[in-house]
Amino acid sequence: MSKIKPSKGAPYARILGVGGYRPTRVVPNEVILEKIDSSDEWIRSRSGIETRHWASPEETVAAMSIEASGKAIADAGIDASQIGAVVVSTVSHFSQTPAVATEIADKLGTNKAAAFDISAGCAGFGYGLTLAKGLIVEGSAEYVLVIGVERLSDLTDLEDRATAFLFGDGAGAVVVGPSQEPAIGPTVWGSEGDKSETIKQTVPWDRFRIGDVSELPLDSEGNVKFPAITQEGQAVFRWAVFEMAKVAQQALDAAGITPDDLDVFIPHQANVRIIDSMVKTLKLPEHVTVARDIRTTGNTSAASIPLAMERLLATGEAKSGDTALVIGFGAGLVYAATVVTLP
Amino acid sequence: MAATQEEIVAGLAEIVNEIAGIPVEDVQLDKSFTDDLDVDSLSMVEVVVAAEERFDVKIPDEDVKNLKTVGDATDYILKHQA
Ligand SMILES: CC(C)(COP(=O)(O)OP(=O)(O)OC[C@H]1O[C@@H](n2cnc3c(N)ncnc32)[C@H](O)[C@@H]1OP(=O)(O)O)[C@@H](O)C(=O)NCCC(=O)NCCS
Repeated sequence: MSKIKPSKGAPYARILGVGGYRPTRVVPNEVILEKIDSSDEWIRSRSGIETRHWASPEETVAAMSIEASGKAIADAGIDASQIGAVVVSTVSHFSQTPAVATEIADKLGTNKAAAFDISAGCAGFGYGLTLAKGLIVEGSAEYVLVIGVERLSDLTDLEDRATAFLFGDGAGAVVVGPSQEPAIGPTVWGSEGDKSETIKQTVPWDRFRIGDVSELPLDSEGNVKFPAITQEGQAVFRWAVFEMAKVAQQALDAAGITPDDLDVFIPHQANVRIIDSMVKTLKLPEHVTVARDIRTTGNTSAASIPLAMERLLATGEAKSGDTALVIGFGAGLVYAATVVTLP
Repeated sequence: MAATQEEIVAGLAEIVNEIAGIPVEDVQLDKSFTDDLDVDSLSMVEVVVAAEERFDVKIPDEDVKNLKTVGDATDYILKHQA
């Protein structure tokens, strides 16, 4: 047997830069109310959402990713050619082949970086970050670009009261690179496929190929509805407030961090009520800055954590070097939580 | 040991106070969670989760809708507690 030379990675990994892109069009609750029987007051009190961004045809998954990534790369102070891998988490890129990551890697000017997409719903950022850390420590890449990007407006049924107001579009990106100190804690992650029905696409794509649209859902004008994301809101809410607070606590424990040591809490921006409940259950002290970007961004799934991170750093509510707990959770159901040092 | 009706109402009162900030003495058997106690559908989920833990019962989502008053919840817990 021949001896294989092992790869050599960095001792640890850290987030070196973050960037975000929010589509130009801001959509207030009034626009949502044109199609559903609801009220601005109800939407604000049940979700915290006041406005969200919806992408234009030009603001594609790739275009938004490139904008966000350009900022993250500049923030990290590296050159795109140094990036060894591009990981894109999305559920709303409608051409499955090839992966959108390859186009992004090319247009950013990487040097033929490895590039691939992952599907991990609203936990996508944490999944991508965990992969990036592994690649860097194991030695397959020196710098990894992790992107969370969604055009959920394309997958929203505007006549569905339970979801019409919830979703938004955008992209968030981070550059992860080598570190001499631990700056990304152990990931507590997992899946609960027995709850796969609680958040899902209404109709699988291949139903449209059959041509028999007789049993497909119709909109109020009698047209076949494009697939959309549906959810059992109460079941998801219960899971999120009860089970995810435990996962967040486990991530703190795994990193050897107490709530007192924490500076920032950046949960997935699914619903401000979930965020408030988690803050209570985790008994986070007053000094911990809590991301509530959902108010003006809506739920952008895989993009929500890096977008919220970028905003907190841009407004000065959080600063470089702060210790932050991040947790993503959603369709799968899947989840991922970890403690990071902010770039 | 199973909780008595008084203990359950007292426990629910503490939970509702914690979640919705309603004074403990306002939580009475005939009070409606949404109309009288300012507990909306999402706070109700939190109340249910806290009650499950406290009284060692399982209250599935489909049963939550039927718990309109403190009395409904108390009866449910009395009947289903382990
Ligand atoms: C979506 C969500 C806000 C809905 O809230 P909810 O309390 O579960 O809503 P319900 O469907 O149980 O309805 C409760 C009441 O509000 C009403 N309602 C529902 N949707 C409404 C709307 N858009 N506007 C006004 N009223 C509405 C219902 O008719 C019901 O009224 P009733 O009690 O008089 O019958 C909530 O379930 C949620 O956020 N869940 C978590 C979802 C999530 O985060 N998903 C993403 C994870 S990645």
